[in-house]
Amino acid sequence: MHLSAEHVDGRLTLRLLGDWRARELSAIRSELAALPLERVREIAIDAGGAARLDLSGAWLLREFLDGVAAAGGRRVSFIGEAPAQLALIERTRVEEAAARDAKEKHKEEDSPVEVVGRTAVGQWRGLREGLDFLGRVTLQAGRAGTSLRRLRVTSVARHVYDTGITAIPIVSLIAFLISVIIAYMSAQQLRNFGAEVYVVDLVTVGVLRELGVLLTAIIVAGRSGSAFAAEIGAMKLNEEVDALTATGVEPVEVLVLPRILGLMIALPLLTVIADGVGLAGGALLCKWLLDMPIIQYFTRVEDAISATTFWAGLVKAPVFAVLIATAGTFRGLQVRGSSRELGRLTTVAVVQAIFLVILADALFAMLFMEIDF
Amino acid sequence: MHAMVEVRGVVNRFGAQVVHDGLDMVAYDGEVFGIVGGSGSGKSVLLRTILGLQRPQAGEVKLEGRDITHLSWDELRTAKAGYGVTFQQGALYSSLTVLQNIQLPMIEHLALPPDALDALARLKLHIVGLPADAAGKFPSQLSGGMVKRAALARALSLDPRLLFLDEPTAGLDPISAAAFDELVMALQKDLALTVVMITHDLDTIFRTCNRVGVIVDRHMVSGTVEEIVDHPHPWIREYFHGERALRFGGRHGT
Repeated sequence: MHLSAEHVDGRLTLRLLGDWRARELSAIRSELAALPLERVREIAIDAGGAARLDLSGAWLLREFLDGVAAAGGRRVSFIGEAPAQLALIERTRVEEAAARDAKEKHKEEDSPVEVVGRTAVGQWRGLREGLDFLGRVTLQAGRAGTSLRRLRVTSVARHVYDTGITAIPIVSLIAFLISVIIAYMSAQQLRNFGAEVYVVDLVTVGVLRELGVLLTAIIVAGRSGSAFAAEIGAMKLNEEVDALTATGVEPVEVLVLPRILGLMIALPLLTVIADGVGLAGGALLCKWLLDMPIIQYFTRVEDAISATTFWAGLVKAPVFAVLIATAGTFRGLQVRGSSRELGRLTTVAVVQAIFLVILADALFAMLFMEIDF
Repeated sequence: MHAMVEVRGVVNRFGAQVVHDGLDMVAYDGEVFGIVGGSGSGKSVLLRTILGLQRPQAGEVKLEGRDITHLSWDELRTAKAGYGVTFQQGALYSSLTVLQNIQLPMIEHLALPPDALDALARLKLHIVGLPADAAGKFPSQLSGGMVKRAALARALSLDPRLLFLDEPTAGLDPISAAAFDELVMALQKDLALTVVMITHDLDTIFRTCNRVGVIVDRHMVSGTVEEIVDHPHPWIREYFHGERALRFGGRHGT
């Protein structure tokens, strides 16, 4: 109970009781709503006695009084003094109304032309920002080429470890499973023609030319592309990037280039591992599924591949690495303001990295067909 | 005068490093209590212990008479709704607007309709002296002083009787710092708050605090400001009477 109400001859005396505190607000609210006000002409409020009002409680009282005033026809008075908090609330309201008026004057509907214009300008800015970033990376890469110190060997090594060595287990597992899936599916289909031996060709060519490098790149985009964006983004939020710039250290040189170089080293190595594990997986499955001796499998592998098959896959790895690392670091450096922005740009980095990798792979496929690689 | 915050025999240890060794502290109803200490003396650890963010190895922490070191999850949640805190860097939620920041504790702890939340949050914005148009801004768009005020508004969102401030004036210019001190004093009076603040600012101590507790040698020495100023401990003497303090010349009788 937060109220005691006495109704005598159209005069309602409300005595506030107990804690009128924030925690009790919803209870007090329902008690106020349940007051019988039909035949009341005058309300007298006693806030002095037992009640302990805090600001929220006072606000609720104010709201109740406003409701009474809006309904009209009833007089409200205080027995003793009105709570001091009410005056404070009154002042807030006046200022707020003024602010709201000013805001409404500002608010105008955006016309479609404006929306189109804004979007176009936004896109153009985004593109320019991207080009600016690429330019700076290229410039710094040129400079780094001239001196060993600028190359940040320690930093590059750390990124090779983080993005490469620690990714070996997951990359191997996925390469193994993928070759098992190809072998299994193709064995089922080729058995109809009695051409099971070509399972080996499919696994070998598929893994070496396309799947080994593509899947490795996608895993690395998910693992390291996101890590790059999040790491640099958090540094950005913490003003560490500004601190670097203020020290006269170019962030692109110490944050971006080592990551790109590190990934350019790590991704081809991971691809080689993925290729090896993929072939081994194929061999195991051929032995179980087709009863093909391991020796025969590898003889068949040698027949299936040409001199370029392995290289056709591997040559794509550094390109994919550049795409993944660039997308991650670029988005990381774009983070400003809030933790939500960090999450958004990390997502963008990964999605874009994967998209770019697949796009580049398609372009490579066309290129290799044209030049008969 | 009863104790709002009572810390008895608290021991905090990290590995071999003992931060507090039987520390006692009491803050009474309606006073402004300042916690002072050198860097690394465990001021923040003490605050975290009082807030229930960290359980001490020994000792008890009572907020409004309730020991918070042995509460269930639900009880602790209720206890936490009873105090407000501002952190050193503001710790405003960066993806929410100022108004949403103030509303978040209300949404979590009170069942109120959106218009009531809006009105209450705007009220809090007003009493800390932020302009109404700050409501829709994000924390990254605020100046340092405004961040402190917004953090204070959020700390007051549930109308607590107990307010903790971690270095409220750090990073503010002297004029803004003085204005913030005035604000804290005014709110303390109007809302009948008990304020416990960590501060390094001598100005703030002399302007706002009724009593001061200094953490030295893993214990707390506390008393009125005058008593502490005349305390014989070398660190405290250096703090209040060192060359740095002398620049405040005579104000506190060297």
